[in-house]
Amino acid sequence: MNNKMIIKFDSVSENERFARNVIASFLLPLNPSISELSDVKTAVSEAVTNAIVHGYPNGVGEVTMSAEIDGDEVHIAISDSGVGIENLESALKPFFTTKPDEERSGMGFTIIQTFMDDVRVISSLNSGTGVNMRKKINSVA
Amino acid sequence: MEINYAADRKSLFVYLDGELDEYTAKQAKDSIDKKIDENIFVKNVVFDFSKASFMDSTGIGVLLGRYKKMKKVGMNGFIRNPSTSINKILQISGLYEIMPKIS
Repeated sequence: MNNKMIIKFDSVSENERFARNVIASFLLPLNPSISELSDVKTAVSEAVTNAIVHGYPNGVGEVTMSAEIDGDEVHIAISDSGVGIENLESALKPFFTTKPDEERSGMGFTIIQTFMDDVRVISSLNSGTGVNMRKKINSVA
Repeated sequence: MEINYAADRKSLFVYLDGELDEYTAKQAKDSIDKKIDENIFVKNVVFDFSKASFMDSTGIGVLLGRYKKMKKVGMNGFIRNPSTSINKILQISGLYEIMPKIS
């Protein structure tokens, strides 16, 4: 099947749960397993947290989540128009965090990479960051 | 997220119920820290995830922060009953190396 959707929401942490639930509902027609569903929800939560905490550190901005079902595969893009990532190579490494004093694990991108089949991050300073990810859903039905 | 506690002479049990993410992290940190302070003489803190329905890497940060606090006063941390996906996150991040999983 093919389907697509797009939503925009404020970069407030209340919306992490909202984004997770939206993607879960969107995926239901593909009959994902519980584990596939929680993998995608976790990856979305990580990318949305990054946009909220790191993309807009000084205020509220807009986060966009779009998703597309293409056959048995889902493509998800989460983007912000925030400050961007200064050193993308470092940011993608496990345990790297720019906010060590805030008890952050630095595992966000590593978890996305583990839970999705493919991840691409595009970022440019002062104009924003986009996380594009893909996962094949092996329908149980 | 709701957190319930139980304690005996040796251990403090922390029952995490609901979703642990950026939105609920601050409240969870404050609540657990307060309980640790109130039970400063216990040897072990057991984090029970049987009712935790969701956790992302923000939760790892919460656990790491509590671990540092507990270590200072000589407490050991343990993890119990994580769901498959929470277990995966704890494994990837190496958390079990500092807070072993118990049954």
